[in-house]
Amino acid sequence: MNLVRNHVLISIDAGTVMAGARAVEKALVEEIAKQGLSDEIAVLKTGSVGTIGQGVVIVVYPEGIYYANVTPQDVPQLVEEHLLKGRPLKRLILAETPKQTVFKKEKAGLLKEQPRIVLRNCGVIDPEKIDEYIAEGGYMAIGNALTSMQPGDVIEEIKKAGLVGRGGASFSTGMKWDFARRAPGDIKYIICNADEGEPGTFKDRLILEGDPHKLIEAMLLAGYAVGASKGFVYIRGEYALSIERLEKAIAQARDYGLLGINILDSTFSFDIFVMKGAGAYVCGEETALIESLEGKRGHPRNKPPYPVTEGLWGKPTVVNNVETLANVTEIIKNGAEWFKGYGTEKCPGTKVYTIIGNVATPGLIETEMGTTLRDIIYEYAGGIKGGKKFKGALVGGAAGAFLGPDMLDVQMDFVNLKEYAAVLGSGAILVMDESADMVDMLQSVLHFFKHESCGHCVPCRLGTAQLVKLIDRIALLKGSQEDINKLLKISDVMRDTSFCPLGQSLYLPISSSLKYFRDEIDSRIR
Amino acid sequence: LYREAILKKFRPSLDNILYILHDLQDNNPQQYLAKDDIRVCADYLNVPYSYVHSVASFYTMFSLEPRGSTIIRLCDSPPCHLMGSKSLLAYLKDALKVDVGGTTKDGKFTLELTSCLGACGVAPAMMINDEMVGNLTPERVDAILERRRKES
Repeated sequence: MNLVRNHVLISIDAGTVMAGARAVEKALVEEIAKQGLSDEIAVLKTGSVGTIGQGVVIVVYPEGIYYANVTPQDVPQLVEEHLLKGRPLKRLILAETPKQTVFKKEKAGLLKEQPRIVLRNCGVIDPEKIDEYIAEGGYMAIGNALTSMQPGDVIEEIKKAGLVGRGGASFSTGMKWDFARRAPGDIKYIICNADEGEPGTFKDRLILEGDPHKLIEAMLLAGYAVGASKGFVYIRGEYALSIERLEKAIAQARDYGLLGINILDSTFSFDIFVMKGAGAYVCGEETALIESLEGKRGHPRNKPPYPVTEGLWGKPTVVNNVETLANVTEIIKNGAEWFKGYGTEKCPGTKVYTIIGNVATPGLIETEMGTTLRDIIYEYAGGIKGGKKFKGALVGGAAGAFLGPDMLDVQMDFVNLKEYAAVLGSGAILVMDESADMVDMLQSVLHFFKHESCGHCVPCRLGTAQLVKLIDRIALLKGSQEDINKLLKISDVMRDTSFCPLGQSLYLPISSSLKYFRDEIDSRIR
Repeated sequence: LYREAILKKFRPSLDNILYILHDLQDNNPQQYLAKDDIRVCADYLNVPYSYVHSVASFYTMFSLEPRGSTIIRLCDSPPCHLMGSKSLLAYLKDALKVDVGGTTKDGKFTLELTSCLGACGVAPAMMINDEMVGNLTPERVDAILERRRKES
């Protein structure tokens, strides 16, 4: 057997494919063969390694050196210098700052001290190979559960861990499962909500692309705990690579007998099906998603009854977000006490953020609950791009809140942020530097909501249209103080009377932008 | 006739409606759902024509109007907006001489806006048919349009 002396990991995700990763991969394999190194050097595909906007990224182990913006033309030199002669190719090395030329994984700002629970395998294993997932301890949690845990034990463990939903609503996952378990009926369903559409969010896409088996295992656990035998993953239609990877993973799991009848020789049977969406933000709301799965327009339903008692085709249904489920597998594998070692007392665990906008290194990070906005921006994202000043951040997506500089040092978790009239939401952090125009940003947010309002209820349908009219007028310097008051009043009424969270959450960006940037918005008034 | 082949791939069950509509649209040379597409889908699923029309018109990925061979979907959600999608939209409108939703006279390009594509790390971003492109500048847009013109 040959001894592989170097592993070259190439990140194949939607972002790097865009930058030409497949061509670089082909060139790498060919060049390594040409140099006669095929026996000593293995080229492995993996998901996102945590860098965004750095072109094609490859990592060479055991050195742990990251190369960014690699093109097929660079490959011959890279292979010759680093892999043949052992001299890292400095000009392509990914640097946190121009001053630092060589750094290893532990020192990389992007991956600095990140406690990785959800993203543990992302950028480490080949997501298209079930064996690599199994080698990392995959499918052990479901094995343990089926052999040594009762369904009720699984639910107790999740409850004890204090896991709450990561999709935005932060409801207790264990309680949700318990309700569904206790609901009468033989047929129950598990739905994974992968209809990620909150502007600025792409964490679920990278989990799906980087570690699809973890999701399958979590759905098995949920199915076992609740007593369901069928699961659906509702993925937005635009996520072509996610759909491809997940379908491949499901087929492999079926081959291995990890999906299907009598899994691991137990009496438990479960299978998973992928459903492709067709472009509707409101389908991220769980009851709208269920309507869409049933083949209807994606209008939200009346609650109650909640999906845990009457969901898909009227049967008890659990709807969980991708990131929530990714936590489930690790909790069952490592135990609730281990999980509670991360995060804050009220909010255990980690949160995956997508940090974007005017920062030096935009990307995907996972940090403990309770990490401050300042740490996320300055420690993990390299600070503000071009050394400019921080002005504000839109946290939690379009249905989130604008935060000003005095919020930089507040501990961020689902519970604590509520006290500041803010939300963690989907974990999107859009950072704005001093040159950002807050009226323009608010205008963009309101236009988004007008477009995505499904038209089902009057307050949201008419309210979003009126809000857009008002903000457009203010942006054209034709607004009055009365218009600003109306923005607040209308969004307040929408909060109280809209049918679903889409209309209910619009007051957040409006009231928060006025709270922190009132002077700037006032200056646009005649 | 090709429509028959598409329908046969799916069970005639209402929960397959989005898959069927996706497939019909992808195979329509003008990348839209024509009346015939909606009719065959309705007949196959045994629901009224109006029902399929109401579903198709709800989702933004479906079009009820003929479109060009290349569909450009520029993201105009807040992250891309912050990074300059507004000026790119003006640039694209000018370069193609169409408004949002319009198709160029030669039938080659349709310009659309889309909500967040999840490519915010490389904002501003857009989709060209199924391909995502990011870090857009007017120069990059020019190069992409030029390449597409040659290809079609």
